[in-house]
Amino acid sequence: MKLPDKKGHFGDFGGRYVPETLMPALLELEQAYAHYRNDREFKEEFNYYLRQYVGRPNPLYFAEKLTARLGGARIYLKREDLNHTGAHKVNNTIGQGLLAKRMGKKRVIAETGAGMHGVATATIAALFGMSCEVFMGEEDTRRQSQNVFRMRLLGATVTPVTAGTATLKDAMNEAMRNWVTTIADTFYVIGTVAGPHPYPMMVRDFQSVIGKEVKRQHKAVEGKLPDCLIACVGGGSNALGLFYPFLKDKDVRMVGVEAAGHGIETGKHAAPLCAGSPGILHGNRTYLLQDQHGQITHAHSISAGLDYPGVGPEHSWLKDTERAEYVSITDDEALEGFKALALEEGIIPALESSHAIAHVLKLAPTMAKDQSIVVCLSGRGDKDMHTVAEAMGVNF
Amino acid sequence: MNRLIQRFETLKQQNSKALVTFITAGDPDLATTETMIHVLEEAGADVIELGMPFSDPMADGPTIQLSSERALAAGTTLSRTLDTVRSVRRSSSIPIILMGYLNPIHAYGYERFCRDAVDAGVDGVLLVDMPPEESTQFLEFATTHELQVIFLLTPTSNAARIATVARLGRGFVYYVTVTGVTGARQEVSSSIEAELLRVRDSISIPVVAGFGISTPEQAASVAALADGVVVGSAIVKLFQQYTGKELEREAGNFVKSLKQALSSQLT
Repeated sequence: MKLPDKKGHFGDFGGRYVPETLMPALLELEQAYAHYRNDREFKEEFNYYLRQYVGRPNPLYFAEKLTARLGGARIYLKREDLNHTGAHKVNNTIGQGLLAKRMGKKRVIAETGAGMHGVATATIAALFGMSCEVFMGEEDTRRQSQNVFRMRLLGATVTPVTAGTATLKDAMNEAMRNWVTTIADTFYVIGTVAGPHPYPMMVRDFQSVIGKEVKRQHKAVEGKLPDCLIACVGGGSNALGLFYPFLKDKDVRMVGVEAAGHGIETGKHAAPLCAGSPGILHGNRTYLLQDQHGQITHAHSISAGLDYPGVGPEHSWLKDTERAEYVSITDDEALEGFKALALEEGIIPALESSHAIAHVLKLAPTMAKDQSIVVCLSGRGDKDMHTVAEAMGVNF
Repeated sequence: MNRLIQRFETLKQQNSKALVTFITAGDPDLATTETMIHVLEEAGADVIELGMPFSDPMADGPTIQLSSERALAAGTTLSRTLDTVRSVRRSSSIPIILMGYLNPIHAYGYERFCRDAVDAGVDGVLLVDMPPEESTQFLEFATTHELQVIFLLTPTSNAARIATVARLGRGFVYYVTVTGVTGARQEVSSSIEAELLRVRDSISIPVVAGFGISTPEQAASVAALADGVVVGSAIVKLFQQYTGKELEREAGNFVKSLKQALSSQLT
């Protein structure tokens, strides 16, 4: 069966739990997307920008030194960090931007955590000539001040959000509130495979270019499918983009890596799939961090991009059906992953992606040398210099 | 008969409009909530809408966001809110509806909630992020326990959506007068008259209008077009400014002025 179903459900997950004001806009978006996803001209334009503007296909790079050091499975890095704007986020914003343009919307809004989705949205707004407002938790505007500056350079308005915990979830609340108010002329560009239907499906489709390329590239060098796919999971868009084209290939193991923060046992983490329970937030039913009363609890991660108390509903479904497995990596382990890739391969990964790398450090040595792992290097680490320096006790 | 339906019937016979007043349960604590329900009733409120605080109120403006934060900081939970309603019921039969977001109820359990809410004396419930499309499971339990489920309609709702709410909605329909979040506004939209006519034409149960109504004048002009009005943020704001007897006096006077405006509007 093809998922989601007509109302956007992945089993018990997903759906469209939003205020009435938003329903007509979501139905309009669903119709527009249903039309354009099969429209040849739309697909050609999408592919054109991915090729000429983003720089796709990006390489599937064999990490030879890291492989040798770990002494197990052959490790391949899917280089989303080499995309224009430095992360996988742009795959999705190009898609949604083109859709917004066709729907006649003059203004786009977005929520952002680390700032990468905000930058990717500001970028396509500049490219396609639309005005852009990005909502960002005040705490995150401090952690990621460079990205705030980048967005402003690109012509976007960045609105710091002080409500609640002043992080990604609050930015998403504020973006929803703004969308409710401006629905007539505004397109909400959601940055991950969460939110109300059709967003989880639409973002997955746009991001699945990652997995499609990997399938082809891996076959070309190894002559077979990879044995294991690994990606970090905040909302889960880079992971789903990598996993989705392989869902039917039952022999391909899929591992999503959540942020364990200070450690799952401390309660200070961002791992709803590993340590949360199902609930309803931001328009969909999914695993969440919540207390026994259904109040959303604080997420914690060293990486702002994973600092979210929910996760895309399709991941919840993949977890419950056991098609994918989900593990977690602490802040400290992620920093080890960060350093390992810098030292072994000369590549500085984003802190988000460092969680996936850290799990590779654990998993690769347990696998045979003729097996392979593809890990999604979802973004580059330039934005994280301050955070990493601080964690290492270095003052600029 | 359900207190809510009864009240609307009585109002209809008297040819008067319903004044629905919103406060957040537990702001600043549940003892105050209980006192204030009586104050609002004495001042002329016809229906009490009790907000169930949620950590992520995505359809609310700053006033109710802050109010929810105060309530949660005071340790308000759904079961303690129901205890408060139970306690109010010892001396009042004013219709009480709960309004809020779905997740706290999801955590409590849909069936358990419908049973316990009715048992405590709740008459209806309005869940902002449960549109008709996602309401099937909840409606089953609500119907079994005779809890009235109120749905929202907005200026963006088309004929098909109005028809769905006409079919599923119970108690009354809450018409959102603005395309936006909750909060007091200077002016009420000018196109609301035509929109409300459109909605009332297709719906047999009462239609109550709310969002952005903050003065007696606005209340009167909107009430002329509907079966009643909801005033929320303008009352909740008083909880930010006053406490104790002062709060009782200010809120009481404000609600009296709203009620007077609704009554004089009839003549």
